[in-house]
This record gives sequence, C-alpha cells and structure tokens, in this order.
Amino acid sequence: MTTRKTLTLTTAIALCASGALAQDVTLTIESWRNDDISIWRNQIIPAFEAAHPGIQLDFQPTAPAQYNSALNSKLDAGTAGNIITCRAFDAALQLFERGQLSDLTDLDGMENFSDVAKSAWSTDDGEQTFCVPLASVIHGFIYNAEIFEELGLEAPETEEEFFAVLDAIEEDGGYIPMAMGINDQWEAATMGFANIGVNYWRGEEGRAALIAGESRLTDDEWVAPFEQLSRWVPYLGRGFESQSYPDSQNLFTLGRAAIYPAGSWEIAGFREQADFEMGAFPPPVPAGTDGCFISDHTDMGIGLNAASPNQEEGRAFLSWVAGSEASNLFANAIPGFFPLSDAEVSLEDPLAQEFIGWRDQCESTIRPFHQIVSRGTPNLSNESWTASANVMRGTWTPEEAGAHLQDGLSSWYEPHQ
Amino acid sequence: MSARANILRSSAAHAILIAYTILALYPVFLIVINSMKSRRAIFNEPLALPTRETFDLVGFHTVLEQGNFLLYFQNSLIVTLASLFLVLLFGAMAAFALAEYRFRGNLLMGLYLALGIMIPIRLGTVAILEIMVAANLVNTLTSLVLVYTAQGLPLAVFILAEFMRQVSDDLKNAARIDGLSEYRIFFTIALPLVRPALATVAVFTMIPIWNDLWFPLILAPSDATKTLTLGSQIFLGQYVTNWNAVLAALTLAIFPVVVLYLIFSRQLIRGITRGAVK
Amino acid sequence: MLRPRTTRRPIRWHIVVFLAPAVLIYTAIMIIPLFGTLNLSLFTRGEGNTREFVGLANFVTLFTDPRWSSAFWNATWNNLWFFIVHMLVQNPIGIALAAILSSPRLRFAAFYRSAIFIPAILSFVIVGFVWRLILSPLWGVAPNMMDAIGIGDWFSPWLGQESSALTTLALISVWQFVGIPMMLIYAALLSIPDEVLEAAEMDGITGASQFWKIKLPLILPTIGIVSILTFVGNFNAFDLIYVVQGALAGPNYSTDILGSLLFRTFFGFQLQLGDPHMGATVATVMFFIILAGVSLYLFGIQTRMRRYQF
Repeated sequence: MTTRKTLTLTTAIALCASGALAQDVTLTIESWRNDDISIWRNQIIPAFEAAHPGIQLDFQPTAPAQYNSALNSKLDAGTAGNIITCRAFDAALQLFERGQLSDLTDLDGMENFSDVAKSAWSTDDGEQTFCVPLASVIHGFIYNAEIFEELGLEAPETEEEFFAVLDAIEEDGGYIPMAMGINDQWEAATMGFANIGVNYWRGEEGRAALIAGESRLTDDEWVAPFEQLSRWVPYLGRGFESQSYPDSQNLFTLGRAAIYPAGSWEIAGFREQADFEMGAFPPPVPAGTDGCFISDHTDMGIGLNAASPNQEEGRAFLSWVAGSEASNLFANAIPGFFPLSDAEVSLEDPLAQEFIGWRDQCESTIRPFHQIVSRGTPNLSNESWTASANVMRGTWTPEEAGAHLQDGLSSWYEPHQ
Repeated sequence: MSARANILRSSAAHAILIAYTILALYPVFLIVINSMKSRRAIFNEPLALPTRETFDLVGFHTVLEQGNFLLYFQNSLIVTLASLFLVLLFGAMAAFALAEYRFRGNLLMGLYLALGIMIPIRLGTVAILEIMVAANLVNTLTSLVLVYTAQGLPLAVFILAEFMRQVSDDLKNAARIDGLSEYRIFFTIALPLVRPALATVAVFTMIPIWNDLWFPLILAPSDATKTLTLGSQIFLGQYVTNWNAVLAALTLAIFPVVVLYLIFSRQLIRGITRGAVK
Repeated sequence: MLRPRTTRRPIRWHIVVFLAPAVLIYTAIMIIPLFGTLNLSLFTRGEGNTREFVGLANFVTLFTDPRWSSAFWNATWNNLWFFIVHMLVQNPIGIALAAILSSPRLRFAAFYRSAIFIPAILSFVIVGFVWRLILSPLWGVAPNMMDAIGIGDWFSPWLGQESSALTTLALISVWQFVGIPMMLIYAALLSIPDEVLEAAEMDGITGASQFWKIKLPLILPTIGIVSILTFVGNFNAFDLIYVVQGALAGPNYSTDILGSLLFRTFFGFQLQLGDPHMGATVATVMFFIILAGVSLYLFGIQTRMRRYQF
C-alpha cells in the first residue's frame, strides 16, 4: 500500500535527519514547561552534552493542562520518557509508591539539598527521596515602576500602605490599580490567597497546625485572607469576573494596570513583553504582626523513570542537575524559578534578585494545602480555587468560604474529625 | 405570485443568509487579521485591519521556529487520509452487509456497532496504549490510523447503512443473474451509487481526526510523527501569554482544514442533493 | 451469525468478509479497551497497587454520598440545560437556514452553505479561544461593538457569572455546530419528491404554510435523527468547557457537565489525583443515560414516526 510506504519512508527520513547514532544513549525528558523549550534546547542541553559525550538529551514538553494525565497514561503503558519532571508532593509521591519513579536517596549531589527542599519529593517519613529539587517559586507583587514614579508612590510595606497606594492609583483614574481576574479561579487562590495569607497563618507554623488538626479553616488566620481578597475587588478592572490569566498578564505588560499579584515565574515573560521598569514587593504585613512571611513554594523537581533501561545515564544527568553548574545555569536562564540547592548562586536579573532577597528578611513557607491535606476527596487545594473566586465574586462571604473548606476537610481527614 | 413579492422574498432570504454568514465567519476573520498585527495593535484596536504601521509577522516566525511544520502537516495529512480511507472502505462494507443480507443477529450487530458513539474513546486510553506497545506501534502513524479508524466506524456504519438500503434491488438482482459475485456487486454497483453519502461521512469523520490532540500526544509524540495540531499545541494551551504566537498558530491550524473541507464540500453538496433524489 | 454446519444453508462467507475488518478493528481498539475501563467501576484501589472487587459500592457512593451526588446531579442538570439550549436554538436555526437555502433558484447557495458550515470544522481550542477574546471585557470586541449600536450598557462579563456562564457556553457550542443540523435537514428537504410539492401548490398551499403543512411533517424523521445526534453529542461534550473555563468548570461549578466531571474525576486535576474507579463509575452512568436516550428514540419515537414516511 502506498500509504504504508510513505509512512516508513517519512519515519526513516526523520530518523536520519535527527542524526541519532546507534551507540549513543538518548534520554527523553518529560516536562510541562513548554515555555522553556528554547532555553532547554539552546542552553541547558548543549551544556550537559558538552560535559557528557555519549549521552544525548531530548526535551519533550507537554502543555501543562495535559501533563499529568498524559504522563500517567504513558507511565502505565511503559512509553514515558527516561527523565520525568516531578510535580510537588502527592502527584509525584503517588508515582513513586507505584514504583514508577526510581529511588534517588543516595544520588551523588543529593547532599546539596536541605531537608526542607527535599520534603516535596520525599516519602512522608523523609527516608526516601525520588526527585532532585529543581526550583521554587516565590509570591509577591510586581509593580510598574514608571506609574509609581509618575504618581509619586512607593512600594508599600504594610497593609495600610498597600490600600493607600491602591486608593491613590484609583483616584488618579489613568490606570487600573490591580491586574487580576477570577475566570480561571487559580489566580484568586494562588496569587491571591496563598500569596497574602502567609502573614496571617504565620507560614510554616500555621501550615503545621492545620495538618496536625490544631487549627481550623474557620479560625481567624484562615478567614482573614479571604476578607482581604474581598477588599481587592473595587481595585480590579471592569469585568474581572471573566478576566482570564493571560488577560491579566497582558493588562499589566501593556502598561494599563499598575500592580500585578505575581508569582516569580512571571519574571521571564514580563521581561520579554513589558517595555517599562518593574519593581516588586513582598506581601504587605497586616498591622500588629511581627516578622514577615513569604510563600516560597517548592514547585518543580526532576526524577528518573524506574522503567527506563538507562538508569546509569539518567543518574549521571540528575547528578549534573543537582550540581552547582546546573543550578547557576537554570537560575539565570529561567529567572523566577529559584534554585533549591545550597550551592552559591548569583542571579543577574534585578527583579529576580529582589524576589530572592526576601528569603533573608522573611520566613519561607510553601503553599498551605499542598502537603497531606489535599490527599482526599474533596480536594482541598482545588476547593480553595473555587472558594477564593467565589469570595471575590461575592457569592460567598469569607466566613462561608472558610466553613465550606473546613467541612470538606473534616469529611475525610482524621485529625479534623 | 407577483414578481415583486418574489424579489422581496429572495432579498429577505439573502439578508438572513448574509447576516448568518457574517456571524459564522467573523470570529475566524478576527483571528486571521490579528495574527498579522503587532502586539500593541492587537489590544488597542482589535477590530482594525492590519495597516502598514501595525503589520507584523512576528507570531508566525515564533511558531515556525518551533518545529518542522511541513513535516507535521504531512503527518496530519497522511493520518487523516489513511484513516478516512479505511473508515469509508470498512464502514461501507459493514454497512452493505447489514443493509443487504438477512442473517441471524443482523439487528444485534447493528446495535453493537453503534455502541461506540455512546462512550468517549479517550477513556480506553491506557488499554489502547498497551495494545500499541504490545504491537510495537508506539510512535508510528499507523497507531493513530488504527485508533481513528475504530473511532470513525460507528457513525460511518450508522449513516452508510441508511444509504445502502436505498440502492435499487433490481440493479443488484440483475447483476446476480449475470453471475456477478457479491464482492463485484458491492464494488461496482453499490459503492459508486453511495459515493455522495461517502462524502458526507468523510467530512464528519475528518473533523475530529484532524483536530485531535489527545491521541497524537499519547501514541505518537515523537518529533518524526507529530501532527500539526500537536505541533502547534505548545501555543494553544490554556495559559499562554504570547498572543502573537497564539493567533499565528491558530491561523496556521485553521487554513489546512478549511482547504480540505472545501475540497470535500463540493462532493458533499453534490452527495446530499443527488443521494436525496434517489 | 455463523450457522452450524448441520443447517441446510451454507455459510455465506461474503457476509463474514464484509463485516470482519470493521468488526475486528472496532472490537479490538474500541470496545475491549472501553469495556475494560467501564469494568473498573466495580473495583477500588486496594493496598499498594492491587485492585479490590467492591461490586456496586462505587455506584452507591456516587448516588448517596452527599458530595458525589450533589456534584453528579449538578452536572446532570447543567447537561440537560446545555441540551435544551441546543434543541431550542441550534436545531430551529438549523431548520430555518436549511429551509431558506432549499428555496428554488437561490443564488450563491453553495457559498452560504459552505460558509455557515465552517465553524463546525474548527477545533475546540480555536472556538474557545476566539470566543473568550470576543467576550472579554478587556479586549473589547463585544463591548465596543455593543457600544457602537448603543447597547453598551447591556454588556456584562457573561462567562464569569454563575447565572449566565452555562448558557453562554451552550450558545458558543450552538454557533459552532449549527451547520450540522442545517446540512442534514437541507438534504431531507431536497429529498421531498417534486410531485408532492406540485400537488400542494395545485391546492393553493404555498410559501410558509407549505413549509408548516407539507415539508415539516415530511422531514420529522430527520429532525428526530438530528435530535438524537445532538443528545449524544451534548452528553459526551467536555472539550469546550475545558478550553474556556478550565477543568474546575467555574464559576463555582456552574458550567460543570457530565463530560467535564468525568474527565476531572478520571484523569485528575492539579493536586487532585485521577481516580479511574470513580471515573469509570461516572462513565458507566453516562453510558446508561445515553443508551436510555437512544433506546427511547429508537423504540419510542422512531417507530411512530415511520408512519409519516413516504
């Protein structure tokens, strides 16, 4: 059949074109970071291949929305790539428990990471680690420095100052004070709730108390962030209910909005899209709080497919990733994804420096619902998306949101029953 | 009926049809014009045509740099055409058997072949992937062709069986008296007579195959076997900021399928009209 | 199908040959995997990686656990509304367009037909993206156009409001698929024998009354087929919801339909891990809903309609 012939011919041509030599090992990397495709192909892969002749890398990202379902299907059937980019906590833990990720506890280079960094990719008892911690993302606010200068504003430190700044921008009338929408819901939960909430539940302290069942989601420290979110509403753009995440990004980078509740991962994209100076400030501190906290969330790890025939080469690559050369390379190639290794890293991007500098002033914590408390049905993390958006839309009061979340958690989580 | 009333009615008909045509095409038109504008112009004047100042093909450059789109296009074309061919051939054969012969279990077989339109095939992903692994077909276009053939058959049999029943018995019986085999009757008498219906089925089958993202992602994600839809998906995710690239990717995805459709639609219309007159 | 050798008639091998390729491919690649998946609904995940048979326990959970059952019924009612909008808007528009197109000696008919069908060939990604843009309050396509005709005040962020999001999505879907009923009904209208229409004209039945009294009854069977295809399509839909509103079908689950609930449950989303067993349970229930609808049509409606056929 002609079709058949064309098929094999095409495959053959493609194989020749890629120039794969028989004795070389090619490691395929699964990832959801399709935004980073050119960084991998132009910087990271050449750097590794230069140091390790005989091992080649092939970066094959999937769109984030399909990554988990596609990866799980491929792992179940045995066709997944050799190297797996790990989501934090339970998604990766589940893969390890099923025997789909290799144990990397004794990997060369793992000693470069603190227990906190490794916690996102370790078993609950901390005995085994199955992914190399690659990057964390920090929450805060990015602002348009030119608008701030024009209106004579300074980056706020306290909550009072924060609202004073928003009022001043609102009064001027030339700009939308804050770029955020709730159509996709996760902005409200991630850039809103998890971003500013850390100062209320006092970072790790409150997170641990929730896991232990000592604090409830109806308590003040969990309801107050929702109250704050509802206070943001008058400062958002018209029709924020159907404003999507890309809408918000464009609103800010086109200079129409002054403040953007952010995650540090935006830095690279904003550098490319915005033609004005940007600054950043950490979540403003509520009155009467001592110290400050930031959400410094372990977000991305990288592990080894247990079914891969090239375990040795895979470990060689992961050791390289865990080393200081790679840490520096990643940190500067993808500003805003901060290395988790203890190795000395110098960042060139000033905005990225600003974000990472908060680590020295404030205490770090991860997002509140990522570990353990989102293991059941209903899923607390996903529920918090809906709840945050509902509060901002006015569908629920902050108290109702807290009660709803607590109700869901109590329904399956023993320490809360 | 007076001539004036006639003109009035026909202009009313045209007014309605033109209005609806604009409604149908305007969103597509928006994507295409904005894909050729600079980013600022997209946001500031989304409704304007590109002008000399705002004309910018940066989106197309970004997209085309990301992969071998000619190869992806070729893959999509091979997969779509091969699946179409198999769906139409096997579907018509099965439909002919169901429509032409009385045998025990005929009705049951018809119902069995229709089950497939009631459950989304995506749910069988893992099992399908395991089959392809066992058959050593992962990362081949053949695996996609097989899945799309299976996926397209139920609807094809359902529609074609109806049309097969309309083929005149006299013609077939005359052929049988002349000593033609059942296969010859199928290929030389029945098949040409339902060609119009085949075109209808072809369009209905082609659309989901061409636009599918899931099975190329699971079964054939390698660079050599990527389809056009999969190749452009990195710009088509839910959270993508680079609108120049998004709009360019969308434009590139729209054109081939519209051209394919226009090729089939001539047959389709002829098919519908001629098949209808029996 | 194959008769034992003792019967008088020989095996008619050509029937086997005609059916075999379709049945084999369809069974191996579609039916076996799908029913293997539906079978998962009778199991649950045990300790480690084992599978534990639980009978109908998952179905009991789905219908009695307040969380599962409220999510399920929410999705079912939303899905029903989604279907009703299609029946009330898509199919009447489709019929109207087909009726206009089929009027004799209409010029440019081929162009209109092709143009109106084009949205149906676009992928959900394209349709979702472009309508999100058009309805975006920031990008300004819809607000500007409404301002231009003086109804700017009527604009609101429809996709972001619980009361309007589902209807808006249903109308987007109608926009996309109206060409399909149009094509099928157009074909049916053309198939009405000229003698019937001539006879009607002799009796003085023309124009609109000819459509209502003669043509509509004659195309009822096709409208039936269109309805059942709409039903099956709507109760299998999920892509548009995923593309426009995301897997959580916001705002506040007001756009969650059975398809989106199924895929979120089966494949998981973000920190929510996929649950193939509950997912398969939802899928099985969906299968029975669709089967019930199709059976109702086949045995209850289609048989009665046959009488009108010529």
